[in-house]
Amino acid sequence: MHGLINRAIQCFVCDSYGWDKWVEATRLAELEFVEFEAMMMYDDDITPRLLDAISVLLDRNRRYIMEDLGTYLVSHPNVEALRRLLRFGGVTFVDFLHSLDELPDRARLAVSDLQLPRTELREHGASCFSLVCECPIPGYGDVMMGVLRTMADDYGVLALLEHQGESQGVETISVSLIETKFAEGRAFELGVRV
Amino acid sequence: MIADNATITHALDVLCPMHLIISATGHVVHVGPTLQKLRPNVPLVGLSFLEIFDLKRPRAIRTVDALRAAAGTKLHLQLRDHPKTEVKGILVPGTALGESIINLSFGIAVVDAVADYALTSVDFAATDLTIEMLYLVEAKSAAMEASRKLNLRLQGAMIAAEEQAFTDTLTGLKNRRAMDYVLARHASWGKQFGVMQIDLDWFKAVNDSLGHAAGDHVLQTVARIMVEETRDSDTVARVGGDEFVILLPNAHDPGILRRIGKRIIERLSQPILFQEKECQISASIGVAIYDPKSSVPVTDLIDNADVALYASKNGGRGQLTFYSPELRKVAKKVAVHTELRQPKSA
Repeated sequence: MHGLINRAIQCFVCDSYGWDKWVEATRLAELEFVEFEAMMMYDDDITPRLLDAISVLLDRNRRYIMEDLGTYLVSHPNVEALRRLLRFGGVTFVDFLHSLDELPDRARLAVSDLQLPRTELREHGASCFSLVCECPIPGYGDVMMGVLRTMADDYGVLALLEHQGESQGVETISVSLIETKFAEGRAFELGVRV
Repeated sequence: MIADNATITHALDVLCPMHLIISATGHVVHVGPTLQKLRPNVPLVGLSFLEIFDLKRPRAIRTVDALRAAAGTKLHLQLRDHPKTEVKGILVPGTALGESIINLSFGIAVVDAVADYALTSVDFAATDLTIEMLYLVEAKSAAMEASRKLNLRLQGAMIAAEEQAFTDTLTGLKNRRAMDYVLARHASWGKQFGVMQIDLDWFKAVNDSLGHAAGDHVLQTVARIMVEETRDSDTVARVGGDEFVILLPNAHDPGILRRIGKRIIERLSQPILFQEKECQISASIGVAIYDPKSSVPVTDLIDNADVALYASKNGGRGQLTFYSPELRKVAKKVAVHTELRQPKSA
């Protein structure tokens, strides 16, 4: 698994629960190190082990943790860059939903060896969609639930999300748009000088 | 069917939101919505094109006629007022007589331009790759930043590894590799410096009678004393089992070197306690001074200090001797003498 993904999990635990909890999680997961390097590759079995360890440590269902992770990724100031990159996907929330299909290709343009799971948006009506997520790690659909929920807020859209379960390595989320101009949403400027 | 002007203007606004149409006299008659955003407080329609823009290339163009003649070639322009954004453009003849259509784009200045003019996705044509480019700029910057941090950490790890490779793990002093490096560096500076070659006396006896733990303790104590008796600018190295070298860059005066050496011998001659047992050692020292003006190369320096050290040992240990070429002759005699004696004793 790519270091960026593992590093994201590390940042999530550190920023939400503190460094000590993170160190404990790495020990519980029997990692021989405490810091992931964003630009290095790690064995695939490390990530699920780590997620299980965090779940045990926080005494919280792994699926909820995955959803929290998704929320963190697009809302915490420390990872603002990620939210911005996603906002480049579209002017409206629906545009954004459609842009998710090309997310793995976008990610690969930036970091050539980063492989994100594929997703596919199915349109059932003007305000009714389902997002089919390929899940190399069970719970990727939950991460996407957190991402979608937070991005809907970001766009000022009121949406109902429901995880429809997993079958054959694929998790499906249903998305119903209730109100597309529900709230102001967060500002997004193309040009930001950092 | 021939499209009317309004249809064409609308089409251009959608396809090329940064275009403008100029009349035969060079005045703006229509401006695309995004281009107008560059000067939100000044309606561009009615102004002269060459008053809004400074034409950087091709340089020769100063008149509207010359501009029209450049149809189809790439134009490099810059806004005359602040912010003086640079744009690229291309001119084609328009539909009405004498009119020209000029389409503009930001080129590489796009990153600053979107920030300067607070442009959003809708300001660019749906087919324009600008948004993708901005995405890539940000994504690559983030990735580069992650790589840069990794590089910094790796560099830190490398320095730590080198530090270790230059350190004698038992005593924390520099090792032989480090001393070779430091010697070469000092020699290259072309200044005088002193070198002490130090051998512990009776160290083997401590090791044999009290064991290696005692020996290690003695070596660590010796190292501490040597560091205490020298200055920060001096380099103390353990170059063998009980052999040490001290390089003293600021002490090339024989008087000072002698004082430092004597003090080291004095302190090392005090018994060192190990588990309530006394370890009695001493030290013999040979001193050589590097003089960049002399013909003696730095590679011979340690050898010279060695010769002086053997003179100290032969003189009864616990002594300090300065190198002089005469010592070498004596050393040779001793060596020959020893060789002659050896067959008998064997």
